Amino acid sequence: MTILAVDSLKTHFFTRAGVVRAVDGVSFSLGQGEVMGLVGESGSGKSVTGFSILGLVDPPGRVVEGSMLFHGEDLVTMPTREIRALRGSRIAMIFQDPMMTLNPVLRIDTQMIEAILAHEKVSRKEALKRACDGLAQVGIPSPEQRLRNYPHQLSGGMRQRVAIAIAFLNNPDLVIADEPTTALDVTIQAQIVHVAQNLCRERGTALIWITHDLAVVAGLADHIAVMYAGRVVEAGQTDDVIDRPRHPYTVGLLGSVPSANRRGQRLTQIPGMTPNMLSLPEGCAFRDRCTHNDERCKESPEITTDSGGHAIRCFHPQYEKAPA
Amino acid sequence: MTPVIEVRDLTKRFTKRLDLAGRIAHRLGANIHEEVVHAVDGVNLSINRGEVVGLVGESGCGKSTLGRMIAGILPQTEGSVLLDGKDTASLAGPESKAAALAVQMIFQDPFASLNPRLRVEQIIGEAPLVHGYTDRSGLSDYIDDVMLKVGLDPSLKQRYPHQFSGGQRQRIGIGRALAVKPRFLVCDEAIAALDVSIQAQVLNLFMDLREQFDLTYLFISHDLSVVEHIADRIVIMYLGRVVESANTEALFADPQHPYTRALLAEVPRLDQRKRNFTPIAGEIPSPLNPPSGCHFHPRCPHVMPVCKTEVPVLEKHQAFREVSCHLDTTDSHDINNHSAQSDSP
Repeated sequence: MTILAVDSLKTHFFTRAGVVRAVDGVSFSLGQGEVMGLVGESGSGKSVTGFSILGLVDPPGRVVEGSMLFHGEDLVTMPTREIRALRGSRIAMIFQDPMMTLNPVLRIDTQMIEAILAHEKVSRKEALKRACDGLAQVGIPSPEQRLRNYPHQLSGGMRQRVAIAIAFLNNPDLVIADEPTTALDVTIQAQIVHVAQNLCRERGTALIWITHDLAVVAGLADHIAVMYAGRVVEAGQTDDVIDRPRHPYTVGLLGSVPSANRRGQRLTQIPGMTPNMLSLPEGCAFRDRCTHNDERCKESPEITTDSGGHAIRCFHPQYEKAPA
Repeated sequence: MTPVIEVRDLTKRFTKRLDLAGRIAHRLGANIHEEVVHAVDGVNLSINRGEVVGLVGESGCGKSTLGRMIAGILPQTEGSVLLDGKDTASLAGPESKAAALAVQMIFQDPFASLNPRLRVEQIIGEAPLVHGYTDRSGLSDYIDDVMLKVGLDPSLKQRYPHQFSGGQRQRIGIGRALAVKPRFLVCDEAIAALDVSIQAQVLNLFMDLREQFDLTYLFISHDLSVVEHIADRIVIMYLGRVVESANTEALFADPQHPYTRALLAEVPRLDQRKRNFTPIAGEIPSPLNPPSGCHFHPRCPHVMPVCKTEVPVLEKHQAFREVSCHLDTTDSHDINNHSAQSDSP
């Protein structure tokens, strides 16, 4: 069952320096309980895509085109009041910095009870119990005591757990996680991924995991969409995208990841820099950094999908197997 | 062969002194004491010429503090740092200066580590001019030369740091370090702040420079896959102490210390799909109040009574491998049996 269907979403920022096409025609859909990895480098529009779904894009940014059907209802045209009701109950978000979720001057219990009472009519006592259970489920020891703490009394990993607990409080259908482990250590990262993975499996929650780290989503996601300069350049099943990448950018990105098999050798690097979103080249945005660049690439390639659901946006699809 | 850098029983303690009110309260019998953080606790390490040593640990384990002490920008509390067999603290005059120049550091944040008000030519050219690697007339050529080495266009030398991207800024930082012809570089999370495709470029640059200038690196990182790629030998730290040190291949093939095993198990890898993330419990304890005995014992799956009381010694197990653990870690059968028992519910 499809929960979310995003179709040619365009979110542009109208700045003084010009129009930034942060998200420029992104389409994907997500079924119940599915985990999607949204991968890209900084400035690729992956976070703005997440923010657009929740209606969190502030001026000068605006969703200018496209539709986002959540259970068949379009989030783009939905009145603000209804989106507010959805946000935090049916769709929730986990941010990179848990302090974006948490208020530093309120105790954890106040914030969690508030999140429940905003969407449901239950007694405070009932809400407190649910908050306590929520903390226990994300693996926080002695949740009763932690509820009475302020955010600054918790470690970074602990705060991220609280943020996850709050996101899952109202049993959402969809959780958008925006680089939730980037700021954390390896062992803590594994704990956070573990918690999010388990909660989604138990409750059938769909998850969009936004990250720059291909290795994390390789182990977590059902399918992956790779973004570059506001567009999805490659999408498909995790195995297809990681093992048989076809877009030159994905091939380059996978080659950039250090791995044991090629210790001490030079990494295949993508030349050039991440693009300036104000002055993208005409046609394919990756053209300047691509080794297969030719005359055709001056036109913008359309996204094409093969029978296996593996989609790419390129005139020169690669067939070679990626270096594992 | 004398190692380029040798570190003996290096210790760094940070003490938070009591303020006046605290001292009075202490006098009156309140339970207030000076807080002491054992950032680095008796570390021994030697690095040979041409070697790349990866220093790995989670935040707060003291890896950056150790790197800073080796680079000479942070004084140690105890112990000594030896450069070419000579204690850097005992050197004086020109020798001390030469020692300071021989070890340079590259920082994590390419935004914070460059003076925003200086042009690139000033950032790179300042130190070589002061230390006499070039004179005013040759300075411009000298800067061009350094910029070319690190892959920057010399025509950009009039620019300010904010006009560059993160990867380019990191190259400026590397150029600044190379300008005084160091032999040893301490790279403190030097690529952590960069995008994946840019990380690969800078990592390649590090490997090229090493060959070109016969450099030795201490590569500090929390990212095992990066260290695995570049390092010949890896040193794992936990809460101020070295827990394991081994050749890269040996360490990844057969990690001995339970903490190393846990770290390796948790590195996300491209070839693992739909894995079940099974993390080690708990978080890194506060270095203000470290656990007794082996620092890792509250999180260790193989904890024994002796771990809580005695600090394990870093012992040589095979050539190039040192482990500090009470388990008989040379016998890996033992640990495997042990984990089999603890895994079964």
